[in-house]
Amino acid sequence: MHTVIPIEYFLVTATLMFFAGVYGFITRKNLITILMSVELMLNAVNIIFIAFNRYLYPGQLEGHFFALFVIAVAAAEAAVAIAIIINIYRNFQSIDVEETDKMKY
Amino acid sequence: MDYILSGNQIMFILFSAMIVIFSILTVTSRRILRAAVYLLLVLISTSGLYFMLNYQFLAAVQLTLYAGGIVVLIIFSVLLTSHIDEKFESPALLKKVYGAIASILGAVLVINTLLSYTFIPGIEPAKDVNMNLIGNSLISWGEQGYALPFELISILLLAAMIAAIVVAKKVKTK
Repeated sequence: MHTVIPIEYFLVTATLMFFAGVYGFITRKNLITILMSVELMLNAVNIIFIAFNRYLYPGQLEGHFFALFVIAVAAAEAAVAIAIIINIYRNFQSIDVEETDKMKY
Repeated sequence: MDYILSGNQIMFILFSAMIVIFSILTVTSRRILRAAVYLLLVLISTSGLYFMLNYQFLAAVQLTLYAGGIVVLIIFSVLLTSHIDEKFESPALLKKVYGAIASILGAVLVINTLLSYTFIPGIEPAKDVNMNLIGNSLISWGEQGYALPFELISILLLAAMIAAIVVAKKVKTK
């Protein structure tokens, strides 16, 4: 099955996804869209781990478990980040990064 | 070499085209709710790629945790913090140009490096990744055992849960 699709295709797809995330991280101003860009980047890295695991070291499971733990860390990160975003919104009535420039209001 | 695409190749082209198109739309769409839905589509097609590589458990985790959990969380916070058909203004041209230069240069550099490197495929027989093997690996230690990261992730999840509750809690003002 995986002799049909070369590994480079997976890697190029993941690279494009990662750099779409980088572009969003640089240009976006809303905190939630920045969080979404970070999720894109994490997901792209997961694809690369999985492809390397399947093609280069099929007898081991390091990439598989690394991706699993990355997903768990991403879930924890999203939960904390959204709690912080809700709190910022409560204090500033805005989640624009250019308006939230004080640590303490 | 024949040029008739097999089913696998068609599925791969479909999934990767969806990933690339929708991840670009996620970062350029000016309506935030649409961006969240595009992100959902990206995550679902990623899970399709995992299915194609025969990691069914990871694909299921991707669907339930990312597509089911994180995107719902994001959509909820979008609804809490902004008006539903709010459209934000396009980012400044200079910022767009800088972002595009940084990401396109990075992508060209990485893809160039990837394509010039020859990957040596593994020759060992592929492991059958079933639930039994995954469960045993997560609680064993030593070679092929992941008990330590498993315990660490459980502590991290507990800490994140407590932190989320404490941070989002309403401060009583008297």
